[in-house]
Amino acid sequence: MDTTSTFWLPPSVSTVSGEVDGLFMFLVWMSVFFFVLIVAGTLVFITKWRRRKGDIAQLDTGPSHNSILEAMWIIVPTLLVLVIFIWSFRTYMKMSIVPANAMEVKVTGQKWFWSFAYPEGGSSVNELIVPVDTPVKLLMSSQDVIHSFFVPAFRVKKDVLPNRYSIAWFEATEVGEYDLFCTEFCGTKHSEMIGKVRVVSYSEFQDWQEEAMFSGEGMSMAEYGERLYVNKACLTCHTTDGTPANGPTWLGIWGTEEPLTDGTSVTVDENYVRESILNPRTKIVAGYQPIMPTYQGILSDKEIDALVAYIKEVGGGGE
Amino acid sequence: MAVNNASTATVDTAPRSAVAVPASTDEKGLPHPNFLKDGGTGLWSWLSTLDHKRIGVLYLIMVMTMFFVGGLYAMLIRIELLSPNQILMNADQYNQAFTMHGAVMIFLFIIPSIPAILGNFVLPLQIGAKDVAFPRLNLASWYLYMIGAAFAVYSLVVNAADTGWTFYTPYSTTTNTAVMSITTGAFILGFSSIFTGINFIVTVHKMRAPGMTWFKMPLMIWALYATAVIQVLATPVLGITLLLLILERAFGVGIFDPAMGGDPVLFQHFFWFYSHPAVYIMILPGMGIISELIATFSRRKIFGYKFVAFSSLAIALVSFIVWGHHMFTAGQSEFAVMVFSFITFMVGIPSAIKIFNWTTTLYKGSISLSVPMLYALSFLFKFTIGGLTGIFLGAVSVDIHLHDTYFIVAHFHYVMVGGTVMAFIGGLHYWWPKIFGRMYNRISATVAWFLVFAGFNMTFFTQFILGSQGMPRRYWTYIDEYTRMHGFSSIGAMIMGVGFAIMGITLLHGALKGRVVGSNPWGALTLEWTHATSPPEPHNFSETPVVEHGPYDYDKVIPQVDEPTSA
Repeated sequence: MDTTSTFWLPPSVSTVSGEVDGLFMFLVWMSVFFFVLIVAGTLVFITKWRRRKGDIAQLDTGPSHNSILEAMWIIVPTLLVLVIFIWSFRTYMKMSIVPANAMEVKVTGQKWFWSFAYPEGGSSVNELIVPVDTPVKLLMSSQDVIHSFFVPAFRVKKDVLPNRYSIAWFEATEVGEYDLFCTEFCGTKHSEMIGKVRVVSYSEFQDWQEEAMFSGEGMSMAEYGERLYVNKACLTCHTTDGTPANGPTWLGIWGTEEPLTDGTSVTVDENYVRESILNPRTKIVAGYQPIMPTYQGILSDKEIDALVAYIKEVGGGGE
Repeated sequence: MAVNNASTATVDTAPRSAVAVPASTDEKGLPHPNFLKDGGTGLWSWLSTLDHKRIGVLYLIMVMTMFFVGGLYAMLIRIELLSPNQILMNADQYNQAFTMHGAVMIFLFIIPSIPAILGNFVLPLQIGAKDVAFPRLNLASWYLYMIGAAFAVYSLVVNAADTGWTFYTPYSTTTNTAVMSITTGAFILGFSSIFTGINFIVTVHKMRAPGMTWFKMPLMIWALYATAVIQVLATPVLGITLLLLILERAFGVGIFDPAMGGDPVLFQHFFWFYSHPAVYIMILPGMGIISELIATFSRRKIFGYKFVAFSSLAIALVSFIVWGHHMFTAGQSEFAVMVFSFITFMVGIPSAIKIFNWTTTLYKGSISLSVPMLYALSFLFKFTIGGLTGIFLGAVSVDIHLHDTYFIVAHFHYVMVGGTVMAFIGGLHYWWPKIFGRMYNRISATVAWFLVFAGFNMTFFTQFILGSQGMPRRYWTYIDEYTRMHGFSSIGAMIMGVGFAIMGITLLHGALKGRVVGSNPWGALTLEWTHATSPPEPHNFSETPVVEHGPYDYDKVIPQVDEPTSA
């Protein structure tokens, strides 16, 4: 994918990115022109009229004002920025008006991962899968603080807010994998709240969506839970091998008596795990921060059951 | 400065500038009386002083200490970013480090730097006044600064805030770090800034010497005046915003946090309503210094004086209505985006006017490449880049891509460090002999200048490319593609750090041990050089100066360079 990136800009693979880049490069060359003008002028003047040792102080004979020059350097920059203003705003309107036939994906940002829900069902975490040459509308909201959805290759960026929907759209023009960043500071793992946008052919997208609607047929509940542990990004904060992380490790946790931040304690059983998934901030294990977002509405009952089964297995409560 | 000795015969019969002759000199050749020695000795005489020059020196000591602290954080950040893996700090410590770097540099260094240090020292001298209008208010502002700094340092020591210097809600209302003390600190510092602003406005209106008409004022005064207007009008908005934030954190009043029915974007509006004008609080006084330096070291009348003067006022007024350009991606209406984009382009024009006028001033000058002038020239170089890249960010479609990336980081460092800090350091080197009566070593000061210039461009030009390639700001780790550019940027930062260290040592050595200078070593025409000794006497002038020529009338008056005969 790096083949199309330039010295200044990353790959350009959306329907608006070419227009954005056109203005960007115009601004680069305009800046080079004015920069050279100022710096070259300065260098010529300080070389030509450098004060030498032993020079005699004389009265300044240079000009001290010139109305035509002043008018020139007010009018010329003003006209230039007016052109840039109109140019940039026209592209911005294109970036703002979502095509009527766009496919709608619900985007949820939370500390510290992205989740995506697709129009025909199915969901994914930290990887947005979209068909090529299809306008995609993103209906975005946050579960906690402000995040911002940024895909450099598409030149698209929009803040993701906790109290309202924000809307962005793009149409990818080339199949490939592109970086997705969070660009609004959101805490400890802000720099790891990154993912990919995978642009695929339309048929591949349909295959994927069918696969994504899979709900564990032919698997044991614990196996399905293990799959969800990865797909729903539980592994960002919980380990299963005892390594310390942002949340308690699941290794050997089942049935233990955990001290809580409020001084009481709780036994890790089915109900505590379920409560912790749906209302994660009510009972915080001592030594941890209340940072886990709620999965209410993100996980189905069956998925919660599967995760409980998996935690029971790795937690040592299986048999 | 073995040039233009007054005794050299010239063909001109033009009048010469006055020379301030001290009543007597001490054994080292320094004037007696002077404000450093006379006007009380001992710590208390300094801590209770009402002399604007001494208050300027008190500010100098504290603000430079804070510059050092903020600089240390910058070094920690750049070392950590040498690699995407952990080197010195974990992610939480890194988040605290960049927050402290930003908060200390903005609230404790850049905002007070030029007005509170150089403005305090120079403003009354340049308009021919004995002091500022309210000397006690002036001292109170320094104590408020100390209290504000204490709160900030407390936060830093206890559990430094990790919100970024912008304190965006709801992150700032939910993090468990010491946000309260740093916002309380910023709140108090706001009052310190307001006090200085009030003082400057009244002093400029009421205390100018006979003959000092508005258009005979040095451009430094115009710039400080425009700055003071913003300080007084904009800072209260920051005060109330931070107060609301504190109320929300302490008492759960729902203003910004949506969990309590508040609106987080409202905070951003409030915050930038102050903080955008604050950017001009930072840059305008720097522009004032550049006008002084370019005139003095090219011996030229500033080209288009009135355009330069009024462009400061234009910036001050328009700066109040551009705040929305910080929020182009935050979901404002398209109409609001259009209006803010348009006004943002307009606020750039006055800065362009200044740049063109300064460059033209060099035409047919008698140009000396003394250390302050080198800083002024590097200001032109870097501020031009800073200003031009601002056009990228005003252009909405391009800003969507660049917002919150390293392009922004590079842009504001080009404006704030390449602009304000270069002007400030240039001003320090310019007025240093006036403040201390001694000159620093020119060679080591030039070496320091070169290292800062080269290191700065290495550090921050690289970041323009990082940003346009998509690297988001405030990232502790990053994808591998960015490693080489981050490495190059960090090496530049080390070079710049060494440059600043040499600069600090050179200036300190100069103040204590440097060669004693006369009252006008540069041959300038403003009152602090023509009518006051170096260091000035406690009440500035032996008699009230009468202004006979404009601040840059090099076409009417020949400046008398004054060097001590017994040096």
